[in-house]
Amino acid sequence: MPTDPNNNSAVVEAANLDLTFQTNDGPVHALKDVNLTIDKGDFVSFIGPSGCGKTTFLRCIAALETPTGGTLTVNGMTPDEARRKRAYGYVFQAAGLYPWRTIAKNIKLPLEIMGYSAAEQEERVSKVLELVDLAGFGGKFPWQLSGGMQQRASIARALAFDADILLMDEPFGALDEIVRDHLNEQLLALWARTGKTIGFVTHSIPEAVYLSTKIVVMSPRPGRITDVIDSPLPKERPLDIRDTPEFIEVAHRVREGLRAGHSDD
Amino acid sequence: MTSGLKAFWAVLTVLTVIVAFWYAACVPMNIKGVLTEQERAGAKVQPPSAKDRRDMSEFGLVLNNSFAIPATWEQDRPRLPAPHQVAIEMWETTVQKKITSKRSLIYHGWVTLSATMLGFAIGTGLGILLAVGIVHSRVMDLSVMPWAIVSQTIPIIALAPMIIVVLYSVGIQGIIPKAVISAYLSFFPVVVGMVKGLRSPDAMQLDLLRTYGASRSQGFWKLRLPASMPYLFTSLKIGIAASLVGAIVGELPTGAVAGLGARLLAGSYYGQTVQIWSALFAAAILAAGLVALLGLIERTVLKRMGMAQ
Repeated sequence: MPTDPNNNSAVVEAANLDLTFQTNDGPVHALKDVNLTIDKGDFVSFIGPSGCGKTTFLRCIAALETPTGGTLTVNGMTPDEARRKRAYGYVFQAAGLYPWRTIAKNIKLPLEIMGYSAAEQEERVSKVLELVDLAGFGGKFPWQLSGGMQQRASIARALAFDADILLMDEPFGALDEIVRDHLNEQLLALWARTGKTIGFVTHSIPEAVYLSTKIVVMSPRPGRITDVIDSPLPKERPLDIRDTPEFIEVAHRVREGLRAGHSDD
Repeated sequence: MTSGLKAFWAVLTVLTVIVAFWYAACVPMNIKGVLTEQERAGAKVQPPSAKDRRDMSEFGLVLNNSFAIPATWEQDRPRLPAPHQVAIEMWETTVQKKITSKRSLIYHGWVTLSATMLGFAIGTGLGILLAVGIVHSRVMDLSVMPWAIVSQTIPIIALAPMIIVVLYSVGIQGIIPKAVISAYLSFFPVVVGMVKGLRSPDAMQLDLLRTYGASRSQGFWKLRLPASMPYLFTSLKIGIAASLVGAIVGELPTGAVAGLGARLLAGSYYGQTVQIWSALFAAAILAAGLVALLGLIERTVLKRMGMAQ
């Protein structure tokens, strides 16, 4: 999916974005001069070493951090307006399910807060449980589920209200590789079915290459974008695509980008 | 051996050691009094002079007059009553007395329990309200918390008479002053526990609610309050024991009318050590029962909430 900056289907547009945190040890330049456009339906991965600002950028989109310079729009609005319009669902590294709520009740949490009717809550819960392959687990408590299932439930929770954008901050970072492969495959299927725009933070190169239509390589101190790669891989991606020369070539370019960022310091 | 049986033997061993130690301690504690009684009854005791005995160590007296040892467990007014004396007194003042009798421990226990429960309810309610205020308002955090801490550094035994006098002067007496003292002791653990509990959700949980655009009150009812439940129950267990202590202390300055505190005071007025010890045990049993009851409620509630497995 090629990127055209003038395309009006842009979902997220960042121009000269800057963010400096004031800390006790002095200012920390978390983001510097970030320019990026995410189009509707894109699957964008942010990859880089810790401290490169990938999570900070995602949090800026979600209006959880406020940039100190430049412009950032989400669906043509400020991030704060977009949040109030429920433009996105956010998935954190930990599933963060409430232990005192069943899976179904956990998924209802955003729906209750947003004031959906009880009937609609039920309907949406069963729909998203189906989407993440957890049908029949609605009545279970989180501790009764494996880590991978819990993370799927948290994705379901982010999908329950109709946000067009799904922001995921290392959602599979705490899971083992076999579970992660499986979830990656499921995530791609889910993306294909729902047509959401996905922003995905990771520090795994294979994960980024396997999932993304666009890979944003970042480097730290100050956090900035060093490379943006439009993936040449087809939209249909079986797991063994990871052994093809195209895949290896993209992975190589990502690795080169990460290395270039590192040689700076 | 199953672990249950093992635990049973362990508990029994500890209990046996304590009881044995207690009986042993009765001998030197009571020997002087016993020898005086024995001498009056015509027995030959060593040394025969009361003055000499007064200057001797208890252990020396025991060695010289080993015939008197059984009597140290049977005195009317011993310095230290033996376990079976306390047990008999408790049996007689609970099972064998009508509960309306002024000598019934159940009657006195009920008087103390009702003040404890009222004070506990007030203290818990106040503690939760203060905690909610402290968590939601920085001003309250800075202004209330230091006073709450200071309040617990004042010895309650010094404060209790003043509370009773002040309340009496505005026409309040009976159960209320005791409940106030009881609440004074029990609100603090609830404040501390609830503040910790209400602040227990991590940054990620709070961020998640922000992404939903949740209001503060939604954050409170859906996240902070349920997350604080395990902390609340821990605090309540400490709070109810403190409540009981408060109610007993509150009974002391009123002149020993009724209640376990009154039994303690009356016992010390008249040198009725057996009565003091049985009132102490009644208080301990009551406290253990209340804490166990709270534990049961805790398990039930947390299980229903899905927080206990």
